[in-house]
Amino acid sequence: MKPSFLKATFAIIHKDLAAEFRSRELLTAMLTFSVLVILIFNFALDLNIDVRQKVTAGVLWTTFAFAGTLGLNRSMAVEKDRGCMDGLLLAPVDRSAIFFGKAISNLAFMLIVEAIVLPLYAFFYNETRIFQWEFIAVLLLGSIGYISVGTLLSAMSVQTRTREILLPILLFPITIPVLIASVLASGAIINDAGLPQIITPLNLLIVYDVIFIAVSFMFFDAIVEE
Amino acid sequence: MQQKPILLTILDILSIIAIGIATYFALVLAPTELVMGEVQRVFYFHVGTGWVALLGFIIASIAGVAYLVSKKMFWDRFGLAAVEVSAMFFLITIVLGSIWARPAWNTWWTWDVRLTSAAVTELIFIAYFMLRAGIEDPEKRARFGAIYTLLGGLSAPITFMVIRLFRSIHPVVVGNPSAEAQGGFDMTVDMRNTLFITLIAFTILFIDFIWHRVRLGGLQEKVEQLKLKTLGE
Amino acid sequence: MIEVTKLIKRFGLKTILCGLDFQVQPGEFVALLGPNGAGKTTFLRILASLSKPSFGNVKVAGYSLPNESAQVRAKLGVVSHLPLLYPDLTAEENLQFYARMYGITNYQLQINKVLNLVGLEHRRKDLVRTFSRGMSQRLAIGRAILHEPQVILFDEPYTGLDQDASEMLDKVLKEIASHGQTVVMTSHDLIRAEALATRFDVLSRGVITASINKNDLKNQNVLDFYKQALEN
Repeated sequence: MKPSFLKATFAIIHKDLAAEFRSRELLTAMLTFSVLVILIFNFALDLNIDVRQKVTAGVLWTTFAFAGTLGLNRSMAVEKDRGCMDGLLLAPVDRSAIFFGKAISNLAFMLIVEAIVLPLYAFFYNETRIFQWEFIAVLLLGSIGYISVGTLLSAMSVQTRTREILLPILLFPITIPVLIASVLASGAIINDAGLPQIITPLNLLIVYDVIFIAVSFMFFDAIVEE
Repeated sequence: MQQKPILLTILDILSIIAIGIATYFALVLAPTELVMGEVQRVFYFHVGTGWVALLGFIIASIAGVAYLVSKKMFWDRFGLAAVEVSAMFFLITIVLGSIWARPAWNTWWTWDVRLTSAAVTELIFIAYFMLRAGIEDPEKRARFGAIYTLLGGLSAPITFMVIRLFRSIHPVVVGNPSAEAQGGFDMTVDMRNTLFITLIAFTILFIDFIWHRVRLGGLQEKVEQLKLKTLGE
Repeated sequence: MIEVTKLIKRFGLKTILCGLDFQVQPGEFVALLGPNGAGKTTFLRILASLSKPSFGNVKVAGYSLPNESAQVRAKLGVVSHLPLLYPDLTAEENLQFYARMYGITNYQLQINKVLNLVGLEHRRKDLVRTFSRGMSQRLAIGRAILHEPQVILFDEPYTGLDQDASEMLDKVLKEIASHGQTVVMTSHDLIRAEALATRFDVLSRGVITASINKNDLKNQNVLDFYKQALEN
C-alpha cells in the first residue's frame, strides 16, 4: 500500500499548490512585501541610472531573500498549526518525500513571486537587461539553494518557542554564500562582465546547491522525529 | 559533589604560565617591527586567539556529528563548550584585529575575507544560542544544535571562498606571501618563535576552557536532576 | 495486536513512562483512562510511531517500533485532538490527499464510503475552514479510517465538542467498533467511554495501574473502578 516516492512527493506539491491557489494568502503576502521592499530601496538608495547599474542584482536578491522567509514560515506554519505535520508523518511514506514535497512547493512559490517581481522591476526602472536566460538561470540556482536550506530550517524553527522570528536569524548566516554568489554572478551578467567573473561565483553556487540539497535531505528526518 | 580533577588544576596553572610566557615573548622579547612599530605586537595574540577560535568552530562541527551518531549528551555539552569558547575567542580576534587595522590600514573595519567570515561565524554562533534558548526538551535542543553547527561548519568554507571573490586586503603572513596586500611583513626568526609560543599557549588555554565548560555543563545537568527529584517528591 | 513491554519514555531528565506493559487483542476496544499528565498522549504518540521509545519493546500489528514504522503506519489510523486537516482544501480534497499519501488505488469509492459513514456527504465540496469543531472531528475520523487500518488510536476525540456533536461522534465510533477493528482511545469522558469500550485501563504515573474487562465490571460502574484504581 506504500505509495511510491514520486507519488507521495507529487501529492504534497499538489496539495500545497491547490490550497495556495484557493487562499492566495502566502503569495499575496510575499508579492506585496516584495513591492514594498523595492519601493523602500528606491528611496533609500536613490535608484537612479548610475546606481542601478551596480545594485540591481543586489536589490532583487535582498527582496527575494526577505520575501522568501515570509513564504517559508507560512508554508511550515500551515503544517504545524492543525497538526498536519503529524498527518504527513503518519503516512507510510519516506520522510525525504515529505521534505522534497515541501521544498518543491516552496520553490514554486518563490519562483512565482520572482516571475512577477522581475517584470515589475523592469517596468519601474526600464531595466530589460534582467531578461537574459543566464540571469534567469542564476536566479533559479540561487533559489534552489536558498529554499532547500530554508525548508529544513523552517521545519526546525517552527518547533521552537520563538518560531517565525527565529527563521531569518538561522537562515541568513547559512545562506550568505548563496546570496553573495548569486549577486556576483547575476551582477556580472547584466553588466556584461567577462566569462570568468560569471563562472567563478556560479561554480560556488552549484557546489553549495549540491552540498546543501544532500545535507537537508539527510537531516530532515532528524528534525521532524521526536 | 564532584571533586575538581587534579589534572584540570594542573592545566589551569599551566595555562596561566604559558600565557605569561607568551605575553613576555610578544611584548618584550620579540623585535619591534620596522614599519608598523609596537602595534604589530598585537599580531601574536590576534593570530593566537584566531587559531583557537577556528579550532573551536571545527571541533563544534565534529561534536555535532558525534552527537548525531551516538546520541550521547556528553557530545552536546562538548559542542556547546566549543561554540561558547570559540565565540569568545572570535570576538577577541576581531577586536585585536581592529586595533591593529587602525594604524595599518587606517580603518577600524574593512570588509575583508577573514574579517567578514569571522563576523558571519559570530552570527552563526548567535543564531545557535538563540536556537537553543527556544527549545525546552534537552534532547531536541541537542539534536537541533548539532545539526545547526554542522550546517554552519559546511557553509563557512563556501562563505570564505565567496567573500574572497571580492578583493581582499588582508595580509597573508604565513604561507605564500603574495604581499600585494598592505601591512604584510616578513617575519624574522624571533618573530616566528614568538608566534609559535603564543599558538601553543592559547591552545593550552583553549583546552583548559573547554574542559571547564564541559564540566560545568555536567554539573548543571546534575543540579537539574536533583531539582526534579526534590520537586517530584 | 498491540504488545508493549517495559516501555520507558524520557524527555530529557523527565521520565514520562516508566516501564509500562500493555497488551491489546485483535478486536478489543480499550479505553485508556487517567489523570492529566499521566502520559496518555505520550503513550499514544509512541504507538502511532510519532515518538520514539527511550527503552522497551513496542509491537503494533505485528511490526516492532521504531524499526518497522513504515509498515506500522500503513496499518494504523490516528485521530488526535488536532484535526490534521487543511483548512483551505475541501473535505473531499483533504481525503484525496491522504488517500494518495497512503497509496490507495481507486480511492473515489473509498472516499464516498467514508464520507457517508461520518455523515458529511452533503458537505464534501465545502472548505474545511467553514466546518464546525464537530464536523472537523468527524472528517478527521474519516481521514484516519480511509485506508482501512487494523488499529485505530483516538486521543481525546470528544475534546471541545458540544452535546449534539458528541452524539454524532458516538454513532460514528460505534459504527467503527462494530467493524471489529482494534481501537485504543484516551478519554476524560467516562460515561462515553463506558458505552463504547470493551476494556478499561488506567494509566497513572507512567504505568498501567489497573485493567478490567467490561464483562467483569458486573454491577460496578466505570467511575467507581476508576476512583479505586487511582486510590491504590
